[in-house]
Amino acid sequence: MTETTTPSTDETTAEAFVPPTRFAVPGRIAVSTGTATTWQTATLTEIRRETPDAATFRFAVPAWEGHLPGHHLMLRLTAGDGYVAQRHYSIASAPDDSGHIELTLDHVDGGEVSGWFHTVARPGDSVEVRGPLSGFFAWPGDRPALLVGAGSGVVPLMSMLRHHRARGLDVPLRLLVSARSPEELIYAGEYGDETTAVFTRVAPDGVPVGRMATAHVAPLLAEQPPGGWEAYICGSNGFAEHASRLLVQAGQPVDRIRIERFG
Amino acid sequence: MNVTRGFTGRPRAHNPGLPPGQYDAGDDWPVLSAEVTPDLSPVDWTLRIDGLVAEPRTWDWEQAHALPTSAYEGDIHCVTSWSKFGVRFGGVSLDAFLEAVRPDPAATHAVAYAHTGYSANLPLTDLSGGRAWIVWEYDGKPLPAEHGGPARLIVPHLYFWKSAKWIAGIRILDHDEPGFWEQNGYHARGNPWEEQRYSGD
Repeated sequence: MTETTTPSTDETTAEAFVPPTRFAVPGRIAVSTGTATTWQTATLTEIRRETPDAATFRFAVPAWEGHLPGHHLMLRLTAGDGYVAQRHYSIASAPDDSGHIELTLDHVDGGEVSGWFHTVARPGDSVEVRGPLSGFFAWPGDRPALLVGAGSGVVPLMSMLRHHRARGLDVPLRLLVSARSPEELIYAGEYGDETTAVFTRVAPDGVPVGRMATAHVAPLLAEQPPGGWEAYICGSNGFAEHASRLLVQAGQPVDRIRIERFG
Repeated sequence: MNVTRGFTGRPRAHNPGLPPGQYDAGDDWPVLSAEVTPDLSPVDWTLRIDGLVAEPRTWDWEQAHALPTSAYEGDIHCVTSWSKFGVRFGGVSLDAFLEAVRPDPAATHAVAYAHTGYSANLPLTDLSGGRAWIVWEYDGKPLPAEHGGPARLIVPHLYFWKSAKWIAGIRILDHDEPGFWEQNGYHARGNPWEEQRYSGD
């Protein structure tokens, strides 16, 4: 047992609670509070189909102050009677100076916002956005990144992968991505050697069908880069619970796992 | 008003319980924690209240359960824009804990800490007067781990990120200290009726 060398003079803080893990805010990532509160007009310039259920929507946002890979934004649609619908969406595009950002949205059954995007929206339409928001899940490209996503959970991770490529970064990056079938794998044409795809329902010839498992995770954690991995998990809550347990069991420290879940 | 062409929204009845910018999540209860769900059993759970108080104290599971029970039945509102109506939580009013530690008259704020290290800051007035609870039951059953079980704080009149899951401690202060999401750009108070989502709102 270590002796206390600096006795506390304050009785009330002598036994102050110390969390067992330091689940830290990454201090190196600043969020501008100015841009987070300002609604800006985003004009739809292009729609690209990704899978039968997902499409990418490209917007011109001339006053966009930039973002980091992993950031999200809040988007709102306004009906003629004043009704407003707001949703958080991850940004798919890498930070660049094009004055454009991209979102990739699943067509959710009965989704009032995703339904509008997939059945009504066309280039020239405008919506409102504010952000970027939440530096917690952001990755500036300075530390080895182990990215794990499922379904449209791959969207913020793709921003990281694109950033890695666009900047020619040599910091290690690996991506594990899960999809129901090759047809439903978002950004299928963009993956390279850094990516392992896992298929839960239908797989290409020679690839086993099944959910993400220790066999996918263990080799990555067995070969840790200097300083270890920062892990980023994004997907449904069920997937996030499963994937985070796999990583912890394989030895990834809990305070170096960041999770973004959607319901 | 910046009307979106062709957007009508889903059919809806006027709901006076729905704060601005929120939608009714119905039976869904999304999970939005940013950390790994801890494997925390009631035997390991403790709650400490310290800081600017006359008698700092730590309760274990049995000691906390010996306090008079109190339930919250009402609505909750998440900053990501869903609201959930008519939820039932069972536990103990935070007033019962505060009475035991006796906050200093100079105390104005608090920071709630989770066993994971997550934190959220709150004005003390939002934690007292029957407005906050430590709960371990949801709908009459043990609170699931992914929703903060074995025990969480609930402060239902504020956005739900203030209702720290896996509650471990509350530190009483004479000043405001931003917590986890507040350091990430979210609002210091988070009143859904004022739409206090982000710092500066």
